[in-house]
Amino acid sequence: MAGKHAAPRGSANSGYEADVLVIGGGPAGTWAAVCAAQAGASVILADKGYCGSSGATAAAGTAVWYVDPDPQKRDAAMASRYDMGGRLADHGWMRRVLDRTWDGINTLADWGYPFPVDASGVSRRNSLQGPEYMRLMRKQVKQAGGKILDHHPVLELLRDEQGAVAGAAGVDRQRGGAWTVRAGAVVIATGGCAFLSRALGCNVLTGDGLLMAAELGAELSGMEFSNAYGISPEFGSVTKTLFYSWATFTDADGVPIPGAASKGGRSVIARELLRQKVYARLDLADEGTRQAMRAAQPNFFLPFDRSGIDPFTQRFPVTLRLEGTVRGTGGLRLTGPDCATTVPGLYAAGDAATREFICGGFTGGGSHNAAWAISSGSWAGAGAAAHAIHGRGRGRAAFAAGVAGLRGPGARAVDAAALVRAVQDEVMPFERNYFRTADVLAPSVARLDAQWHALRLAAPAAAVDLLATREAAAMLATSRWMYRSALARRETRGMHKRYDFLAQDAAQHHHLSAGGLDEVWVQPRALDGIKAQSATQTRLAA
Amino acid sequence: MIELISDNRCTGCNICVRVCPVNVFDIVEGAAPVIARQDACQTCFMCEAWCPEDAMYVSPQADAPAPVAEDELVRAGLLGSYRRQIGWTRESSDLRAADQSFKLLGGGPGR
Repeated sequence: MAGKHAAPRGSANSGYEADVLVIGGGPAGTWAAVCAAQAGASVILADKGYCGSSGATAAAGTAVWYVDPDPQKRDAAMASRYDMGGRLADHGWMRRVLDRTWDGINTLADWGYPFPVDASGVSRRNSLQGPEYMRLMRKQVKQAGGKILDHHPVLELLRDEQGAVAGAAGVDRQRGGAWTVRAGAVVIATGGCAFLSRALGCNVLTGDGLLMAAELGAELSGMEFSNAYGISPEFGSVTKTLFYSWATFTDADGVPIPGAASKGGRSVIARELLRQKVYARLDLADEGTRQAMRAAQPNFFLPFDRSGIDPFTQRFPVTLRLEGTVRGTGGLRLTGPDCATTVPGLYAAGDAATREFICGGFTGGGSHNAAWAISSGSWAGAGAAAHAIHGRGRGRAAFAAGVAGLRGPGARAVDAAALVRAVQDEVMPFERNYFRTADVLAPSVARLDAQWHALRLAAPAAAVDLLATREAAAMLATSRWMYRSALARRETRGMHKRYDFLAQDAAQHHHLSAGGLDEVWVQPRALDGIKAQSATQTRLAA
Repeated sequence: MIELISDNRCTGCNICVRVCPVNVFDIVEGAAPVIARQDACQTCFMCEAWCPEDAMYVSPQADAPAPVAEDELVRAGLLGSYRRQIGWTRESSDLRAADQSFKLLGGGPGR
C-alpha cells in the first residue's frame, strides 16, 4: 500500500492521514520519522514546538555512547555503568544499541554533520552539538519525505474499537484550530518530564506522551528512577554537569564543602542548599581544559559571559534544577526489540521510553540517552512502519481517548497554573524527591492523588487553556507513577536512594512496572532481557 | 529570558516566531514580532542562534525578567555572540567543527 517516499494526505481542515504519526521532533522523533519513511511509510511528525529547536538536545550539546566496535572496548563500555545502574541493564540491548549508535553516528557524518578532527587527523564522533545536530535532523526528515507539523501539540490519542492506537488529535497553537491525524501506527517521542524547572531546553518536556499513552492503557517502567537534578548557576538555565567535575564547591566565604562534587557528591550539595547558598568555581581546570571547554560547549559560558563572571577564577552561586525523567531512566515500558509498547500500534522512543535496558537505574550523563534516542528512534520508526503497512491501516473507526482535563462532569475547570505549582511543590524540593523516605513520599502521593481526582471531576478546560491543562495533567500523572514506584522500591538502587532503606536488596533485583490513571498500580517484573523478548517476537511472528 | 528584539535590526522574517520551542513571540504585521509571553521563555538561546540579523538578546537570568539597554549590548559585542560562537555566521563557520568534547569526556582533574 505504501511506496517509496509515500506522502501523507489531507489538510488541517479535512484531517491528515499517514501510515505513521511521530509525536515529538527531538532526536528520537526525527530518527523515527526518517527510518519509518525509509521503510516505505508515509510519515507525519508533529512537534509541540519547532522540530529542530525543541527539546533537551537542541539547546545543549551531548556526549554520545559511541564506542569503537573492538570487543574489548565494547565490553568495557557495557561494564562501566552496569553496577551504578543497579545491575538492571541488559547486555543484549546494550550490544544492539552500541551497534545501532555506531551506524547512526556514522550516517550523520555521511549527511554532513561537521565532526571535529583531532591533532592526529582522526574524526572524533562521541559528541554532538545540539543546534547543529537538530537542524540537520529536521532537514533529513524532510528529505526522507516526512511532513513536519510545527507548533502542533497533540492533546490526545485516538483508538479503534479494539483498543489499538488509530491516530491523534491536537491544536495548532499559532494559527488556532484543531487537527487530527489518522494513522496506522504512532511513535511517542515526546521526551521525559522535567516539571517546568527551566533546565536548559526542558520546558517542553512535561510528560505529555506518558499521559496520552497511559490513557490507552500503556504501561511504564522504572519510574522510580526520576530524581535527576542538574547543576546550574543559581540564576541560569544551563545544566552541564560534566564541567563541574573541575569545580570546587564552597560556602559564601570560600570554605570548601567536604564531599561536595558533581560526581558522587551531588547529594551533599543538595543537603547544603537546604541550609545555605553553595558556590562553585571551576578552578581545577588547567588552561588546556579551559580552552577545550569553551570550544566544546559555547552555551555553557553564556550565563557567565553575560553576567561578567569568570567561572574559572570567580565563585558563583549554584543550584540544582530538576531534570526528572529526562536524565532519569523511567518511561513507557517496551515489549520488544521494535520498541512496541503494551498498546497495539503504539511505539515509544527516546526519553519517553524506559532506558533501563542500557543503563538500569542511572544514566550519569547524556551519552546513553543520546545513543538510546538514535537507536530506539530508528527501531520504533521501522517497527511502526511495518505495523502500519501490514496492519489494518487508516480505514478504522477512531475514538478520542483522552480524559484528564478534556472530559469531566464539573461546572468549573481547574486552574492549570495552580495545578503546576501543586505538582512542583511535591517533586522539586530536595527534601522530598532527593532524600526519599516513606514518611515524605506517602503524604505527597496522597496530595497528588487528591489533585488527580479533583482534575477528573472538573469541567473540561476552556479552548485557550487546553494545552496548559494537559501539560499540568501529564506532570501530575507522571508524578504519581514516580512516587508510587519510589514508595514500592524499598531499597537503594541506581539513582533511587531511599534514606530509610539505604542498602541494595537482592530480593528487589527486578524492574517495577507502573500504570493506571484513577488507580495507580505498581508491580515488580522480572528482568526482561532482549532474549526473552526476541523469543516472544518469534512466537508472534510464527 | 528573552529581553530584546531590536527594531533597528529586525527585518520581520519571523523565524524566531517559528523556532521558539515554547511559543513566546507573536507576529505583528509589517513590524518586528513582540515578546508576548516572556514568562514562558525557558532561556534556551535558540531564537538568538537562529536569528539571521543578530537582532535578539536572551538575558542569562532564567527565573525573572532583567531589562537591558540595546546600545550597551551592542557596545559589549553581545548581540549575535552566541550565533558566532557556534559557527552559524559566515565569518565563523569554521567553528561548527570546533567541538573539543573528546578532550573532556571521561576525564576530570588529575586524571
